[in-house]
Amino acid sequence: MVYFILKRMVQSVFVMLAVAFLAFSLFRFVGDPITQMTGVETSVEDQERLREELGLNDPFVYQFMRFTGDMLKGDFGFSYRTRQPVAEMIASRIPATLELGVVALIISLLVGVPAGVYTALKPRGVLTQTILMTTLVGVSIPTFVIGIMLIFIFGVQLGWLPTFGRGGTVQIGGWESSLFTIDGWRALLLPAITLGVYQLTLTMRLVRAEMMEVMRSDYIRFAMARGVPTASLHYRHALANTMVPVITIIGLQFGGVIAFSIVTESVFQWPGMGLLFLESIRFVDIPVMGVYLVVIAFFFVLVNLVVDLLYVAIDPRLRIRDVS
Amino acid sequence: MIAFVKKYEGLWLFVHSSAAIIAALVAALIFLGAVFAPWIALVNPYDLSSFSLFDGLLPPMWEDGANPKFILGTDDQGRDMVSSILYGARLSLVIGLSALTIAAVLGVGLGLAAGYYGGRFDAIVMRIADVQLALPAILTALLIDGIARGILPSAIQQDLRVAVLTLAIALSLWVNFARTARASTFVQMNKEYVQAAIMMGQRPIRVMFIHILPNILGPLLVIMTVDLASAILLEATLSFLGIGLPADSPSLGTLIRIGMQFLLSGEWWILWIPTLFLVALVVSINILGDFLRDIFNPRLR
Repeated sequence: MVYFILKRMVQSVFVMLAVAFLAFSLFRFVGDPITQMTGVETSVEDQERLREELGLNDPFVYQFMRFTGDMLKGDFGFSYRTRQPVAEMIASRIPATLELGVVALIISLLVGVPAGVYTALKPRGVLTQTILMTTLVGVSIPTFVIGIMLIFIFGVQLGWLPTFGRGGTVQIGGWESSLFTIDGWRALLLPAITLGVYQLTLTMRLVRAEMMEVMRSDYIRFAMARGVPTASLHYRHALANTMVPVITIIGLQFGGVIAFSIVTESVFQWPGMGLLFLESIRFVDIPVMGVYLVVIAFFFVLVNLVVDLLYVAIDPRLRIRDVS
Repeated sequence: MIAFVKKYEGLWLFVHSSAAIIAALVAALIFLGAVFAPWIALVNPYDLSSFSLFDGLLPPMWEDGANPKFILGTDDQGRDMVSSILYGARLSLVIGLSALTIAAVLGVGLGLAAGYYGGRFDAIVMRIADVQLALPAILTALLIDGIARGILPSAIQQDLRVAVLTLAIALSLWVNFARTARASTFVQMNKEYVQAAIMMGQRPIRVMFIHILPNILGPLLVIMTVDLASAILLEATLSFLGIGLPADSPSLGTLIRIGMQFLLSGEWWILWIPTLFLVALVVSINILGDFLRDIFNPRLR
C-alpha cells in the first residue's frame, strides 16, 4: 500500500518534470526572450549584457535546473505583454476556472449518472431511445454553439440570466468566489451548463455501458435467481459496482473540463485561466502559455493521483492484490 | 468473400435505417455544394467587387423586405449568405479532410509499425500517445498554433494560416488512428497468413501494407468518420476563438464568430444559418459513423 502510493508519487513527479521541460523549451526556443524584453532602440551591447545577466548563455541543463528551481519557489517569471509577474496573473484567475469546472462536473454527474442507470435498466424504453438520440445530437453540437444558444434563449429572449462576466464576487482570504452571492450564481449558471453538457453525455454513456456489463454478470444473475428484490438488486448490488468507473470518469473528464473551459470562458467572457491562455496565444506571450501548461498539468496529476488512491479505498480487491 | 457479405449486409441495413439515409443525403448535399461552390455561388465572398454594401443586412427570402435574389439573406457587408456558407463549408471540409489524411497516414503508419515491431519502438510510440491523450485535442491544437505564431516570421504568417491550422488539427488527432491500428495489428500478427508472409521472407513494409492493412481497414474506417467530425468541429472551434482563420477567408466557424456580433440585434440569420449548417454537417457525419460502427461490430446490433 505504502509502496503503491510512493510509486504513484514518483511517477507524478516525472510527469511534472516532463511538462516543466516542455514549458522551458517553449520559453527558450520559441522566439528570442531578449528581443521580446527589449525595444528596437536597445543597443546590441546592452542586449548581450542582459543575456549574460539573465544567464541565457549558461549550459542548457543548468538553465533548465534553475528554471525548475524558480518554479518550485513560486517564481514564474514575467509576462511579455503586461510585464506583470505571471504567478500573480494566473493565481488571480484560478478561482474563476475552478469554480466553473467543479460546478460543471457536479451538473454532469447529477444528471449523467441517473440517466445512465435508467437507460441501462430499460434499454428498449421510448424514453431511453429519446435520451440516446438526444445525446448523439448533443455530442455533435460544438460547445460554443451550445453556449450561444443558451445566451440567446436565457439571456437575450427571456432576459433571465446575465450573459457575460462573473457577477457579484466575495473575497475570502485571497480567493475571489462567486458562490456566495445570488448574482454570482446567476452568472455561473449558463457557463456551467454549457461546460457540463458535453461531459454529461460522456458520463451517461460510460455509466450505461458499465451498468449493462454488470447486469449481465454471474453474481447479479445469481442474486436474481435467489429472489433479491429488484430495487435492492439494481441499486445495492449493481450500482455499487459501477461506482469505480464513475470515479475514473471524474479523473478523465478533468482534462476535458479544462480544455472546454477555454471555449466556454471565451463565449461568456468568463475571467478565468482559459481566457488568459487564449490572450497569451494571440499575443505570443510565451511565459504565460508555459506556466498555464504547468499549472494545468499540476491539477491533472493531482486529480489522477487522488483518483488512484480512491480506487484502493473503494475497491477492496485492489488492496488484497497489492499486499500479496 | 466475408468482406463482400459484410458489404452486402451493410447495404441492406443502410436501406432499412432511415436515420442513416437522411444523414448520408444531408452530408452529400453539403459536400457537393462545397465542391461546386465556385460555379453555383451567387457571389465570391473573397472578391470585394462581387458584392455591394447596398445589399447589406437583407433578411432571408421568406421574411418581409427580402430580395428574392438572396435566398438566405445577406450579412452587413452585403455578402449573400448562401455563397458565404458554400465557400465556408468548402474551406472547413478542405481543412478537415486534409488534416484527417495527414493524421491517418501518420497514425496508421506508426500504429502498424508499433504493432509489427513491438518492443521498444512500440513502447516509445505508445508513451507519446498516452501523453497526448491526456492533453485534450483543443489544447494541443491551440498550443501548436501558438508555437507556430512564435516561430514563423510574421511576413508569411497570414499565408500559412490554413497550413498551420491543418497541421495543428492533424497532430491532435493522430493518436486515435495509431492506437486502433496497433491493437488490430497485434491481433493480425498471430494469424497464419501473416506468419506465412514473414516466413517467406517478404519485406516488413510489404507485410504491413499489403497483407495486414487491408484486414484492419474496418475499424479504421469508423475512426475516420468520427474523426472527420472532430476535425471539422475543431477547426470551427479554433476559428470561433479567433485563433484559426482570419476574417477575410471565412470558414463556418469564422462565420459564426462574425454572426455573434448580431446576437443582440434582429439579424438572426447571420448567426443562426451558418450554425445550423455546421451542426447539420457534424450530426450527419456522426450518425454515419455510429452506423458504420454498428456494421463492423455485430455484437452491438
